Amino acid sequence: MVQILDFEKELFAEESQIRELVSLSHMYDSVGDITEEITKRTKKLRRMKREVFAGLDGWQMTRVARHPDRPHMIDYVNHVFKDFQELHGDRRGGYGPSIVGGLAKFDDRSVMVIGQQKGRTAEEKLRRNFGMSQPSGYRKALRLMELAEKFRLPIITLIDTPGAYPGIDAEEKGQSEAIAYNLFKMSGLKTPIIVMIIGEGGSGGALALGVGDRILMLEHSVYSVISPEGCASILWDDKTKVSQAAKALCLTAKELLELNVIDQIVKEPLGGAHRNHRRAAAFVRRALRANFKIIANHSTEEMLELRHEKFRRMGEFTEGEK
Amino acid sequence: MSWFDKIVSKTSLGIKSSKTDEIWFQCGKCNEQIYTAEFVENLKVCVKCNHHYRLNGRERIHLLIDQDTFKECDAEMAASDPLKFKDKKKYKDRLKATQKQGLGHDAMISGSGKLQGHEVELCVFEFNFMGGSMGSVVGEKITRSIERAIEKRSAVIIVSCSGGARMQEGIFSLMQMAKTSCALKNLSDCGLPYISVLTDPTTGGVSASFAMLGDIIVAEPGALIGFAGPRVIEQTIQQKLPEGFQRSKFLLEHGLIDQVIPRAQLKYSLANLLSLLKDLPMPATENTQTL
Repeated sequence: MVQILDFEKELFAEESQIRELVSLSHMYDSVGDITEEITKRTKKLRRMKREVFAGLDGWQMTRVARHPDRPHMIDYVNHVFKDFQELHGDRRGGYGPSIVGGLAKFDDRSVMVIGQQKGRTAEEKLRRNFGMSQPSGYRKALRLMELAEKFRLPIITLIDTPGAYPGIDAEEKGQSEAIAYNLFKMSGLKTPIIVMIIGEGGSGGALALGVGDRILMLEHSVYSVISPEGCASILWDDKTKVSQAAKALCLTAKELLELNVIDQIVKEPLGGAHRNHRRAAAFVRRALRANFKIIANHSTEEMLELRHEKFRRMGEFTEGEK
Repeated sequence: MSWFDKIVSKTSLGIKSSKTDEIWFQCGKCNEQIYTAEFVENLKVCVKCNHHYRLNGRERIHLLIDQDTFKECDAEMAASDPLKFKDKKKYKDRLKATQKQGLGHDAMISGSGKLQGHEVELCVFEFNFMGGSMGSVVGEKITRSIERAIEKRSAVIIVSCSGGARMQEGIFSLMQMAKTSCALKNLSDCGLPYISVLTDPTTGGVSASFAMLGDIIVAEPGALIGFAGPRVIEQTIQQKLPEGFQRSKFLLEHGLIDQVIPRAQLKYSLANLLSLLKDLPMPATENTQTL
């Protein structure tokens, strides 16, 4: 069943009316005004979609980013890459099913692609723990990244997670260390890293795959230090203040580009990636190609220097009057 | 007198007692009445139950750094408000109100000093400043300290005491995790030591970045250390957490930290660790200060 967000209702209503008109036009194929009407209404629908999606606020955007029909990591693997070979396990006793990784071909080059998978069916969601990784997932990801470094293969990470998993076992197995160590190691990996937030970029769990040379965000994805729900309940003492919290956090791609935290916004099909996986994948492919070209201009030393500079300049403060 | 007693007798918090201080103090942990003077002399550790009370930034520096050797850096650095954040209160106003309490400009004091003769770059948190939360100032001060250590070829010691990232700085606070971790990578590549000291509490984005990246990681007894806070975990898994969960001993037993060190021994242990790491003789103890 298609899930319709409240601000999509009008769009869906209009769409179904147009569909009815189309089927009418098939029945009475000589009716000219219907065809004209269809063209007019279709144009209007496109305009409506553009307006609705251009005006989404932080909380609405969060809900698009979490839309259950939105393409997940594995959907992009299927549509954007070829010859994917999934590689499992952290070699430290952990399986890490919330994060998927493996070798694949992008165009005609081998790459390592890694990302969180939230799961589509109820069974898969449970198995993937809704994309909230255990330490083993981050350690597996790092193992695969080091493998990529060894064979000089570029790394592409696709981020989509509510965050790290708040559980007893995750703490026992050193969740903090696993995330921290990924940040530490990724900053020095001698191979290009393209980071793309495809859905939800939830705090440390997202950042654990988020240190790289190019940081891209899909148009309707979000990236934040804390979920709007978490922020609302801590700072407002009121879980219902999600909309205010989302706005305050500046978590949309547009805001983060303005804040100079990300490098590029990747376009989505009109009405959101959840409405057309193939087109969404085509935009992703185009963005990856363009960013590979940008990265190709640098030697490994330059690349590492630029990567460090990118994160070195993050933050704003004053130095007082001297 | 053993070496240990010598050290203990020489560490203090540099607190001058004033007439207004209560003579007696009831330990919130064991409910015993103890002399305030005795409590302070015991480095704010309960003499009855050994509960380690939180130190503020200045006390921590006094505890660890040889007298008159600490030179604070970036003391004027203060938070700007890049997101123009507002919850129930404006972030700007929150900052102003906190700064008025005389807690400094932000949640961190950093600088250079000597730790029993060892040149160190020391970063200590000021927990009373917005829960020691990490925003751009904390991240920048840590990063600059690491850069100074690389320049001077000295060691880095960070004493963590923080609830995690500062939400009011949104994505910038998250990015401080990456920034500080990148800087530590550079330090590590230069073969310079970094000792991470975890005190109560060390959670969230602080624990998931520099706090857990020490060449050596030590913790004070009883400190809460973890990524997710206990309340969040309880709410998620809908069950009570086991006794001692996420406390220093728990981390030690799960292989996540090197040592749990009582406060009275902390300075000596850090000095000894640095001497051992750098393959230097143990520096002579000096008369650090008296109360």
